[in-house]
Amino acid sequence: MASPYSKELLLDMYRKMYLIRRFEERAGQQYTLGKIAGFCHLYIGQEAVAVGPAEALRPDDYMLSAYRDHGQPLARGSDAGMVMAELMGRGTGYSKGKGGSMHIFDIEHHFYGGYGIVGGQIPLAAGMAFASRYRNEDRVTLCYFGDAAANQGSFHETLNMASKWKLPVIYICENNRYGMGTAISRTSAVPEIYKRASAYDMRGEPVDGMDVLTMYEAVKDAAEYCRAGKGPVLLEANTYRFRGHSMADPATYRTKQEVEAERKGDPIPKLRAYIQKQGLAQDDVFESIEEEIKARVDQAVKFADESPEPSLDELWRDTIVEEGEEDVRPRERVLGQKVNWPKYPSGQELKVTWDLEPREQAEAADKKAGLIR
Amino acid sequence: MPELMYREALNQALAEEMERDANVYLIGEEVGRYNGAFKVSQGLLDKFGSARIIDAPIAELGFTGLSVGAAMVGLRPVVEMMTWNFAILAMDQIVNNAAKLRHMSGGQLRCPIVFRGPGGAGGRLSSQHSQALEANYAHFPGLKVIAPATPADAKGMLKAAIRDDNPVVMFEGERLYAIKGEVPEGEHVVPLGKADVKREGTDVTIITWSRMYYFCMQAAEELAKEGISVEVLDLRTLRPLDEEAILASVRKTNRAVIVEEGWVLAGVGASVVDIIQSKAFDDLDAPVERVTGLDVNMSYAANLENATQPDAPKIIAAVKKVLYREGA
Repeated sequence: MASPYSKELLLDMYRKMYLIRRFEERAGQQYTLGKIAGFCHLYIGQEAVAVGPAEALRPDDYMLSAYRDHGQPLARGSDAGMVMAELMGRGTGYSKGKGGSMHIFDIEHHFYGGYGIVGGQIPLAAGMAFASRYRNEDRVTLCYFGDAAANQGSFHETLNMASKWKLPVIYICENNRYGMGTAISRTSAVPEIYKRASAYDMRGEPVDGMDVLTMYEAVKDAAEYCRAGKGPVLLEANTYRFRGHSMADPATYRTKQEVEAERKGDPIPKLRAYIQKQGLAQDDVFESIEEEIKARVDQAVKFADESPEPSLDELWRDTIVEEGEEDVRPRERVLGQKVNWPKYPSGQELKVTWDLEPREQAEAADKKAGLIR
Repeated sequence: MPELMYREALNQALAEEMERDANVYLIGEEVGRYNGAFKVSQGLLDKFGSARIIDAPIAELGFTGLSVGAAMVGLRPVVEMMTWNFAILAMDQIVNNAAKLRHMSGGQLRCPIVFRGPGGAGGRLSSQHSQALEANYAHFPGLKVIAPATPADAKGMLKAAIRDDNPVVMFEGERLYAIKGEVPEGEHVVPLGKADVKREGTDVTIITWSRMYYFCMQAAEELAKEGISVEVLDLRTLRPLDEEAILASVRKTNRAVIVEEGWVLAGVGASVVDIIQSKAFDDLDAPVERVTGLDVNMSYAANLENATQPDAPKIIAAVKKVLYREGA
């Protein structure tokens, strides 16, 4: 049977997954060389969870993540050199080296950050979706979080509001089965995270996070549902990280056999096999993609390594916005490239037509209850 | 000039700013159909509808974080905390997200949001409901912290806070809401970061903010009868502190008493003392005195509650101490 996916799309997915894999391998290497410090959470094994959704969304949809956040911006088109520079704490990084590995922000590509407090980004995403509803835009917000974040209050408080107000937000729980070193099954009464959506009368589904096409389809469908105003969606992407929680973690809480078995489900060779089986590309195409990506990542490492640290003046910038101060546009600042930047309607242009609780509805309910307003 | 209650002044500021800018919305517990736990949002639901005056679930972390997210993409939320005691649950979103977004993003994002609600003792509510928590927030770079005492300042500073592109934490007071004062109509905007000499004097400076201001004014009146001329400096903004105004007043009077409702250790007053001792040491004729809430949890019993808080007699005693007129 012919593939429902174009060769272009499939190879694009392959390219992005391979880019993330290669980037993360080199990041791990740079960490062991002492060029990257602090916490460095690699995405190796989880690439399909970033790439499928990135392809399924519109470029202007909002996205944000937790601290395992190198993969998603790369999948959205962020500059690999500037991400690597951020990891190395250089002035040419997306956040001028102020954020590091856990805080990649690329607003040009609508990537609204990596957050270091478990579950802290979950309400932010609902707020971004709220803003879209408020302005009557058909944009969706996609928010990643780890399995362990589903036990935080922020998760439950937010799902309740998102569902009640039918906010256009897709939550993807990247269930890699361990919250740092603790298996999610050891700390959760209901370890299947998607089931928790039912408590908030919200759509929730498990997805094979090791298959990029399944992820693509799931998010495409979820985005349509959100855009139609039907409310939020919780997807549980069942995935696996091939490395430890961070570079500092030898991951002794998992057996060798478990890791080896999971590595057999590697999403990258899986996609390659699919493409080859469909007869859309053969070895030579993959080899040339891999060469191209390797060179690109080498270039990224070189760019980062040769970049200077931020100037000490930077200490006093970006804490408080001074009056009339513009926002920093990283690719313009670093590479001198003109970029599109989000614009919002002014307070006079904006017409709010949304009604969370229409007046007639509220009055009818009051009447029925025998209340006089 | 019309005389308004503090809560009416806030209501006016909200209504005017919401009229002026459709990006502004108000969210909080009971702000809509109930018209506000302390009636600050009276009538606003009827005027602006349910998408802009939002009755939130009792989930402080949730609706605060949601609003921080909305501010990241261009809205200008006002988040009402029923009291700052409850907002401790939301502190993660204020401190770890709102205050750090600009920094973590290297200047790509801004977070124009106001978190506001009553702080300090409400009156016979015991320890969980009677905390002056402003020092906690004053500690964090990336926030502005304000605590106006008068209805005029409440209106003008809330308007300024809503227009500010940074997260602003605003402390009001359950016992301030019914206080009346003259409030300018329409465009009355009080710049953040500026203290105000509310009473001029020559012998001693009392530095204070929020509800303690009224005890300070009462003390100043009493002391005037004894021929002591007190200057009352209302800080109004606690972050950033108006160093210039503090130093100017202390250089004039050479003596200072700092009055704060909160606890003594690591209070805002401790930082004010630090500014004075490091920059105006030679101008001082006496060590700086602090009057604070007692270093205990607040009790329900009326006598214990009263004894826990600063009041005019305690302030008068401190003023006399810096004037070396103890027991006089």
